Amino acid sequence: MEALTSHLSELGHGLVTTVELTVVTTVGAMLLGIVVATLRIAPVPLLRAIGTAYVEVFQNLPLLALLVLFVFALPTIGITFPLFTSAAIVIAVYEGAYLAEAIRAGINTVGVGQAEAARAIGLTFGQSLRHVILPQGLRAVIQPIGNICIALLMNTSLAAAVGVVELTQAANTVNLVEAQPIAVFTGAGLAYMLLALIIGQVTGLLERRLAIVR
Amino acid sequence: MVSVRGLNKWFGPLHVLKDIDLTVAAGEVVVVVGPSGSGKSTLCRCLNRLETAGQGSVEIDGEPLPAEGRALARLRADVGMVFQSFNLFGHKTVLDNITLGPTRVRRIPRPEARQQAMALLERVGIADKADHHPAQLSGGQQQRAAIARALAMQPKVLLFDEPTSALDPEMVNEVLDVMVSLAAEGMTMIVVTHEMGFARRAADRVVFMDDGRIVESGAPDDFFAAPRTERARDFLSKILQH
Repeated sequence: MEALTSHLSELGHGLVTTVELTVVTTVGAMLLGIVVATLRIAPVPLLRAIGTAYVEVFQNLPLLALLVLFVFALPTIGITFPLFTSAAIVIAVYEGAYLAEAIRAGINTVGVGQAEAARAIGLTFGQSLRHVILPQGLRAVIQPIGNICIALLMNTSLAAAVGVVELTQAANTVNLVEAQPIAVFTGAGLAYMLLALIIGQVTGLLERRLAIVR
Repeated sequence: MVSVRGLNKWFGPLHVLKDIDLTVAAGEVVVVVGPSGSGKSTLCRCLNRLETAGQGSVEIDGEPLPAEGRALARLRADVGMVFQSFNLFGHKTVLDNITLGPTRVRRIPRPEARQQAMALLERVGIADKADHHPAQLSGGQQQRAAIARALAMQPKVLLFDEPTSALDPEMVNEVLDVMVSLAAEGMTMIVVTHEMGFARRAADRVVFMDDGRIVESGAPDDFFAAPRTERARDFLSKILQH
C-alpha cells in the first residue's frame, strides 16, 4: 500500500495523462467515425471506396504496430510530433475505424422511409444525414459506442510503448523503484476500472435520456 | 403543372412503367387506380425522382426534373409527398417534424415556422398533439401530421402514395376528409389509392393503370359508371361488388 501512497504524485500525473488522452482521442475518433461512416454510405462510389479502404486498413493492423510506425518511422522522413500528440492521432485514427462500423450499423437501423421522407421535403444528402439519419442512427448504437470507448481507454496504455507517461507507464516506473508489482498494478488496474465504470454509467445515462419514444 | 412524357422504367429485367404520358393541370386532382403491381406507386415516386426513370421526361411547373444534387432538392421542396407508412421522423416531435423543412430548406425563422406549423396542425385537427412523438399518435393522426409536414413546404403539387392503405378502417375517413378539403381548396394532387369513394368525391380525373400502362383515363362518373376497357370493367367488378 505504501508503494502506492508514497508515489501518488507520479501515479496521479499518469492518471491525468490517461484521462486526457482518452478524452481527446474519443472526440477525434467520434468525428472520424462519423465522417468515415458517412463516406461508406455516400451516393458516390469513389467516396464509398475510400471509406471502405480506411476501415479495412485500420481495423486490420495492430494498434501497437501503428504506434511504433508513426512514432519511429515518420521522423525518418522528417515529420515529427510531440509524443502525446502522436499517440492521440494514432489511437483516434485506429478507433475511428471501429466507431465508423458501429455508426454505420446504427445508420442501417434507420428505415429507408426516413431518408425518403427527408429527401421529399427538399433536404440535401448532408442535411438529411445531419437532421434525420444520424440522430436516429447514433441513438441506436450508444451502447456499442460506449464499449468501443472503454476499449479505447484500455488501448491508451499502449502509448506507454512509445514513451508517453500515462498511467501504465507511471505504474511501471514506480514498480521499478518499489518492486511491488501486485500493489502497484492492482492500484493502476482499479483506476482503469473506475474510469471504465464512469464511461459505462455515462453510456447508460445517454441511452435512457436520448431514447426514441417508440 | 405536372407533365410526363414517354416515361419508361425498369427494375432489372422487369419493365414496370411503359410509355407513360400524363399531364396534370394546376388545381386538378388526379386519382390513380389499378391492381397491385400495375406501377402506380412507381409512377408516383418517379414524379419527385425517389425512383429514377429509365427513359422519358418529367416536368414540374414547366421545369424538367434535375438529375440530382441541390437543384433536385430544391425542386422536391415544391413537390409534397405523403407516404403509405407515414415516415414521420421518429426522434422529433410532431411540431419539429413539420418545421424541419421550412427552417432548413426555406430558411424561415423558427418562431414563424412554428406558428405556421401550429396553424397546419389546427387545420388537420391534431393541434393538441404538437409536442408528442409520432409513436404516441394513432395511424390516422400520424398520417394527418405527415400531410401537415408536406403542406408546410407550400408545395405546388402534392403526391399521395396509398395514404390510407396502412390505416385501420376506422381511421381512413379522418385522413380522406383532410384530403377532400385540400382538393376543394384547389391543391394540385396526384393520389394513388384504392379508395374508390375518395375518387368519386374528390377526383377531377381517374387514371386506371394495368401492367405498367395507363389503360384508361376519364372523369370519375364516366369511369365508374361505364369503363371503356375490358380490363377496367374486370378490375371494378372485383373491388366494387362488396
